Amino acid sequence: MKDTPMSNCERDFILKAIEEKKRLDGRQTYDYRKIKITFGTDYGCCFVDLGQTRVMAQVSCELVVPKENRPNEGIMFFNLELSPMASPAFEQGRQSELSVKLNRQLERCLRNSKCIDTESLCVVSGEKVWQIRVDVHTLNNDGNLMDAASVAAIGALCHFRRPDVSIQGEEVTVYSPEERDPIPLSIYHMPISVSFAFFQQGTFLLVDPCEREERVMDGLLMIAMNKHREICSIQSSGGIMLLKEQVMRCSKIASVKVSEITELINKALLNDKTARKAGGRCGFAESMPQERITALKTDQTAVEMTDVSETASSIVQTAVAPPQTVPSPSVPVPGVGQVGEGLRNTWGLEEEEEEEEEESCGGDSVEEVTKMDVELHQEDKSRTVDVVEILDSDEEEEEVVILYPEATKKPKNTGSSSGQKGAGASRKQKKK
Amino acid sequence: EDSSVSTERVGEILLPGDEFCCGPKDTLPLTDSGKSERLVAGPGLRRSGDRLLVSRSGVLRHKEPNKFWIESQQRRYVPAKGETVIGIVTVKSGDVFKVDIGGSEVASLSYLAFEGATKRNRPNIQVGDLLLAQLVVANKDMEPELVCIDGSGRANGMGVFGTGGLLIKVSLGLVRRLLAPRSDLRADLEQLFPCELAVGMNGRVWVRAGAVQQTLVLANLLQSCDAMTAPQRQQLFRRLQQGAF
Repeated sequence: MKDTPMSNCERDFILKAIEEKKRLDGRQTYDYRKIKITFGTDYGCCFVDLGQTRVMAQVSCELVVPKENRPNEGIMFFNLELSPMASPAFEQGRQSELSVKLNRQLERCLRNSKCIDTESLCVVSGEKVWQIRVDVHTLNNDGNLMDAASVAAIGALCHFRRPDVSIQGEEVTVYSPEERDPIPLSIYHMPISVSFAFFQQGTFLLVDPCEREERVMDGLLMIAMNKHREICSIQSSGGIMLLKEQVMRCSKIASVKVSEITELINKALLNDKTARKAGGRCGFAESMPQERITALKTDQTAVEMTDVSETASSIVQTAVAPPQTVPSPSVPVPGVGQVGEGLRNTWGLEEEEEEEEEESCGGDSVEEVTKMDVELHQEDKSRTVDVVEILDSDEEEEEVVILYPEATKKPKNTGSSSGQKGAGASRKQKKK
Repeated sequence: EDSSVSTERVGEILLPGDEFCCGPKDTLPLTDSGKSERLVAGPGLRRSGDRLLVSRSGVLRHKEPNKFWIESQQRRYVPAKGETVIGIVTVKSGDVFKVDIGGSEVASLSYLAFEGATKRNRPNIQVGDLLLAQLVVANKDMEPELVCIDGSGRANGMGVFGTGGLLIKVSLGLVRRLLAPRSDLRADLEQLFPCELAVGMNGRVWVRAGAVQQTLVLANLLQSCDAMTAPQRQQLFRRLQQGAF
């Protein structure tokens, strides 16, 4: 089946939006979509969600005869499958150009970078070595399959445990997980691919292009890098001319993104490890039943509110600086320093008003914040669109009212309510 | 009597395989045309022998006197005669255009089926253009066919459109909600800011507002409205109104 064609109007609109530094999903130029990493119930199974893009990697192992020229090295095998489930444009069983390109890039990213110690996979030199096979399946395609695939593959490799073996004379024994704990692979570093899309012959650059952006882009640059800022592979496609400065800039951006993603993978691995240690049921199978079909589950729309943050910051800037009177903390018992506790609340009324405002403007904004805290680090990053500047203004407030107990209890401020809140805070101070 | 019993389940969620039974008699008098109690089964309901089965998950809806259908969040479009859809021109071949309407097959559109078009005076259409057109032939055995004129040869809003806007895909349920005569969703949208909408029954919506930013906001809103309840939506709209304006 053919893919849905792209209309001229979409193409024009996307290009025009990119010129105005806007993206379809409200992201900024250098933002990644939300990344979610889930591990399966078995070792070596990793799901990665990158926005709507979804891939799964499964690692398996097998004892095989090594290659003749490398008798004491294990064998790595990578395979990326573009299944029709991911997109109607993908056909089963046919090697498309895209599939070859992605497979090649994945191999260059993970095998040629020698991120895995293949010598430790040797069992009997020249006779038996472990072959590690990584199968990456695409489950949904919303652009940037490569980055998702590389994260999934390295995540799965880090998560994988191979069975323990022992050699007695000629005899090789493979132990089941019950007999002996399986052994993790030794991984030197984690190469992660970061994609850059170029538009209008390289004038505009976007990180992590979505499917529609991929369709209108002129060129693509994929940089695989590890957190030590070592470039493992770099590939430019689409036939555009890139300047040296552009490549340098991309590699700088990539190094930032890679360190973030590496941290995220490590965090996810740690979470999984603690969950397994606790003996609780964990992994993919466990995460699924929670996603009830009937629940009206929807992602927050990324509505850009640049105007709001501008007004918010302008209010904060123009507001008259409150007098720097610092109320002395009361000391109920000599030798005990106490702030707030047991004091009469001097500005309770205003606080109530504020709460009301907060509720009416964004009931779920508080929820969103808590969710963000729980969710993995990357989420914060991608949501910064409407949070970043407002946090600034919040801090500014807190500097002033730092000695009040409410200042610490106060829920973090987000979205549209910030304008009123900033004004409210300065009002409070003036009254004093 | 029968319909009064079956209306009991109106508004409930039914799942594929559920039997849509009507009262004490387990069967429906579908074949018996002599009776006044005939029942019209709309989308999502399928007749199987003497029984009426649900073939789609969703909420059962009823319209007086005897129409029943399932309102679902389906996204797959199955062409139906008489519906107005948004298509993308994929091929210009001879005297027909091939138009993608999101169905299983591309539809064909004659170049004569435009207002004022003659053999000499062909419409100026490029590959990739957007069209609002009506289906005149739509059945499972034949290629769907489109026209851009109504019965009296007038364009009636149909034809090529779409410069500067954005095309998005939403669920068919949302499209129906947008097109409903007294749509509260549309009323909410109207309060936000001036905008243009073109809605096709195939789940495609074209939006255009004053600025790129506004168009994007509108597109995101529509896409997220799909799975929102009315209060959730109104809250979001209110938040946006307070924030942006």
